[in-house]
Amino acid sequence: MELYQMTIHELSEKLAVKEVSAKEIAESVFARIDSVEDKVKSYLTLTRDIAMEQAERVDKKIANGEKVGPLAGIPTAIKDVMCTKGVRTTSGSKILDNFIPVYTATAVQNLLNEGIVMTGKTNMDEFAMGSSTENSGFFTTRNPWDLERVPGGSSGGSAAAVAAEEAIFSLGSDTGGSIRQPAALCGIVGMKPTYGLVSRYGLIAFASSLDQIGPFTKDVTDCALVLNYLVGHDSMDSTSVTIDKPDYTKSLINNLKGVKIGVPKELMTEGIDSDVKKAVENALEILSKNGAIVAETSLPHLEYGLSAYYIIAPAEASSNLARFDGVRYGYRVPDPEDLMDMYMRTRSEGFGDEVKRRIMLGTYALSAGYYEAYYGKAQKVRTLISRDFSRAFEEFDVLVSPTSPTTAFKIGERVADPLQMYLSDICTIPVNLAGLPGISVPCGIVNGLPVGLQIIGKALGEEMLLRVAYSFEQSFEWSEKPRLETRD
Amino acid sequence: MAISKKEVRHVAWLARLDLTDSEVEKFTEQLDVILEHAGKISELDVAHVPSTSHAIPLKNVLRDDKVGVCLTPEEALSNAPKKEGQAFVVPRIV
Repeated sequence: MELYQMTIHELSEKLAVKEVSAKEIAESVFARIDSVEDKVKSYLTLTRDIAMEQAERVDKKIANGEKVGPLAGIPTAIKDVMCTKGVRTTSGSKILDNFIPVYTATAVQNLLNEGIVMTGKTNMDEFAMGSSTENSGFFTTRNPWDLERVPGGSSGGSAAAVAAEEAIFSLGSDTGGSIRQPAALCGIVGMKPTYGLVSRYGLIAFASSLDQIGPFTKDVTDCALVLNYLVGHDSMDSTSVTIDKPDYTKSLINNLKGVKIGVPKELMTEGIDSDVKKAVENALEILSKNGAIVAETSLPHLEYGLSAYYIIAPAEASSNLARFDGVRYGYRVPDPEDLMDMYMRTRSEGFGDEVKRRIMLGTYALSAGYYEAYYGKAQKVRTLISRDFSRAFEEFDVLVSPTSPTTAFKIGERVADPLQMYLSDICTIPVNLAGLPGISVPCGIVNGLPVGLQIIGKALGEEMLLRVAYSFEQSFEWSEKPRLETRD
Repeated sequence: MAISKKEVRHVAWLARLDLTDSEVEKFTEQLDVILEHAGKISELDVAHVPSTSHAIPLKNVLRDDKVGVCLTPEEALSNAPKKEGQAFVVPRIV
């Protein structure tokens, strides 16, 4: 087995006993990038020189007998929505094509402090708006399982990088499903932690009350390992929660005796592909065999989740993206006639269609005369959805559903129909509205494409989430991998 | 129709977006479909339901009024499209 094919925990063990060096691991991953990146196109920016310096530093530490943590020397890709000091950060937008941050996002810094080796910044839908990575201002990332299909979005580059073994793990951000949905479509593990658990400082904001940073990993053990270093209170983020941080790896228990799992019937009916549904039903049988008590439940307001989301998220986006005006950073139109001309043309040339669409949706929903009918009402629907979840969690420890209603769709298939595209996130969106944690783990293959199982937890219930995900993973035969080498 | 071309032009102006006629055409059609779907929430009676503006209850976060580390003027200006001395330069306003 090549080094780039291994997990964090396998590589970390090899580093600890000096069987391999961090430099050898980095070289293996960059050789893999050299071999498949032109097909997959996961990265917007590669940071090879920085990575080799970071790897050498880890090797020196190990040679000096210093203790290093499990993430030291591990090649990691970062979604280009997180600021990295001195490294171009575009948020997938032409408007930030030349933006070089002067500080690093806390989540990334926490990992850098642990000695990760940053391979680069990954492609994404512009300002994290999208479900396919086709809205990137630069190019479309391909699904490693089928290069004619999307990797999901908006963290498609981060998901594809891990699935194509161009990084050992990566970071993404999830506003309506942008970690879990691409994880499902690329056949890897992706987790959106509880809102507030991971600092958003340095994350270029899309919808601030929904955004959350989380990891893409090859297995659940790696997910727990990364979470251990991502989580923590940050005084730079006023929504950062303070908790006694557990060791999440202690949740990796292969026993579900007495664990109650609810299956929301609203997420197993209309619009869910029948083969996807079958794969999830098979997963539920496995969970039952492992000791869990599985029963159907109902979240009656879930059907209003998508509507509420596509009012709330654009409303917040229209406000957050007002800062892109050509004054302090980013693109400015050459030779503007006056200030208004500069604003209008800079934003019109800098933003892509999906971003314009959402800014206008948000501006409309917040405008006089429509505020109460749209935004005001959507915020109340959000309360109803949260209450539905709270009621379900009085009875169940976790809820389970498909992550995505379908497997990866063809590139271009949904581009002209935004509503159809928005439906891609129908199973994940309600979780963001309620601020809950969710994880997607692979649970099957349909026509050669992976299916994801979504497990939803109580607020700050990451330990139970990991326990259920780990137990499932241990009992589910999953040896499938994309076969990029055999393709043109 | 949930939204007209005139409203799309007005909303675009409020959002400081300059749309071509064909963009107005396309966005009006698309926004109409999306707003019709979003209008589904009007089916619900939420008169007595409180709003949730954030997934977790927010509170004021205060810190001591002490001088801390902040960006230098050079750092703050490092990405400016146009600058002069320690200022961002924009087109004349008056």
